[in-house]
Amino acid sequence: MSITDKIVAGDIRAVARLIRDIDDMVPEAREVLKDLYPFTGRAYVVGVTGAPGVGKSTLVDQMLTHLRKAEKTVGVLAVDPTSPFSGGAILGDRVRMQRHSMDEGVFIRSMATRGYFGGLTQSTKSAIDVLDAMGKDYILVETVGVGQDEIDIVRSADTTLIVLIPGMGDDIQALKAGILEVGDIFVINKADREGADRTVSDIRLMIEMDQKRYENGWKPPILTAQAVFDKGVKEILDEVEKHATYLRSSTERQSGIKYEKVRSELSEMIKDKIVRDVLSDLIQSGEFEDAVQLVLQRKLDPYTACDNIVSKKPKPGDK
Amino acid sequence: MAKPGLDGHDRGARIIARAYRDAGFEVVYSGLHQTPEEIVQAAIQEDVDMIGLSSLAGAHMYLFPRVVELLKEKGADDIVVCGGGIFPEEDIPQLKKTGIKEIFTPGTPLTEVVKWVKENVEPRSS
Repeated sequence: MSITDKIVAGDIRAVARLIRDIDDMVPEAREVLKDLYPFTGRAYVVGVTGAPGVGKSTLVDQMLTHLRKAEKTVGVLAVDPTSPFSGGAILGDRVRMQRHSMDEGVFIRSMATRGYFGGLTQSTKSAIDVLDAMGKDYILVETVGVGQDEIDIVRSADTTLIVLIPGMGDDIQALKAGILEVGDIFVINKADREGADRTVSDIRLMIEMDQKRYENGWKPPILTAQAVFDKGVKEILDEVEKHATYLRSSTERQSGIKYEKVRSELSEMIKDKIVRDVLSDLIQSGEFEDAVQLVLQRKLDPYTACDNIVSKKPKPGDK
Repeated sequence: MAKPGLDGHDRGARIIARAYRDAGFEVVYSGLHQTPEEIVQAAIQEDVDMIGLSSLAGAHMYLFPRVVELLKEKGADDIVVCGGGIFPEEDIPQLKKTGIKEIFTPGTPLTEVVKWVKENVEPRSS
């Protein structure tokens, strides 16, 4: 049985090993991803994002329970940050979901950012494809606790949940740009805490101020929850369903969204591959180190060094 | 890093986990009160190179070998299993016979634990 066959058949070990190889950038993994692509496109991807400590993992854990009761199979990718000093990481999101680890319908995988920005890892999109090909109905992606700029999740998810807690106060104003603009559903977790109502009205105000974005479109609902007590989770999933229906309701909208997703995915991949290939050639040939030395000794400025290097590279189509 | 059984003291496990992180390893912390089945399932889903079992409550003679056994059953016995915590001296050789590669007792310097892993556990991509 080829790796592709095993993954499509749901073999846990094959899936886990492939995700590892993708993460480690093993070249053979790319070939498997090519084979797997025809089997993707079925799963519904839900992103769960928000600052550290708001309860994302607890929420994902409860969502798993509800989805499994509805007899859906689920894949989970939980992202945690890599230490910028040591390159290591403690991946602790799984702790909150361990009660599902023996459930054959659930696949949970932790991933470290390894220096990648955006709230995800360089391998997240591919890992989503693998879980999709494996046959999971839903894929929940829990991003690294984010601030403002890490919104990569929006490109990969069908529905993005923004999770907040009461008392973020001025932080909400600061978060205006970025994730608050792209959330599909807002969840105020730990809603028993002081300031919950205030937080709800702050978000509502922000949404109302952006009225024209939501005219004829999807107006993000604001929900309260206490994930640890399983309060509000069913309502969150109901809204996810409503959002899914909304996305499907217009073929024009659907194809527009799909177009943007494929366009951005392909452009990221091309950028990534070109840089990696060119840089590795340069490092191997020693040209890169030569350029570094010239700039260090101030014999050349970095802009000229860069242009020299790049213009020497054969362009596609050249002999 | 996993804590099988009823033992609820995880400070040691957390300290080791941090030492591993500082050494550049990625550590999946799977928490307290895990059954051997849950630990093995998590290890397979995460495709780890090594499992570290922490036990201070004395159930190691059953729980640790059971983890090794399950890994073999699932065709994942390339995953190295180590143990740490409080063990009677006389249990250690027996544990090693069942397939636990190394046992670290209290007082072992963290540098030694990390060094052992670097020297004895092959990361998959190498």
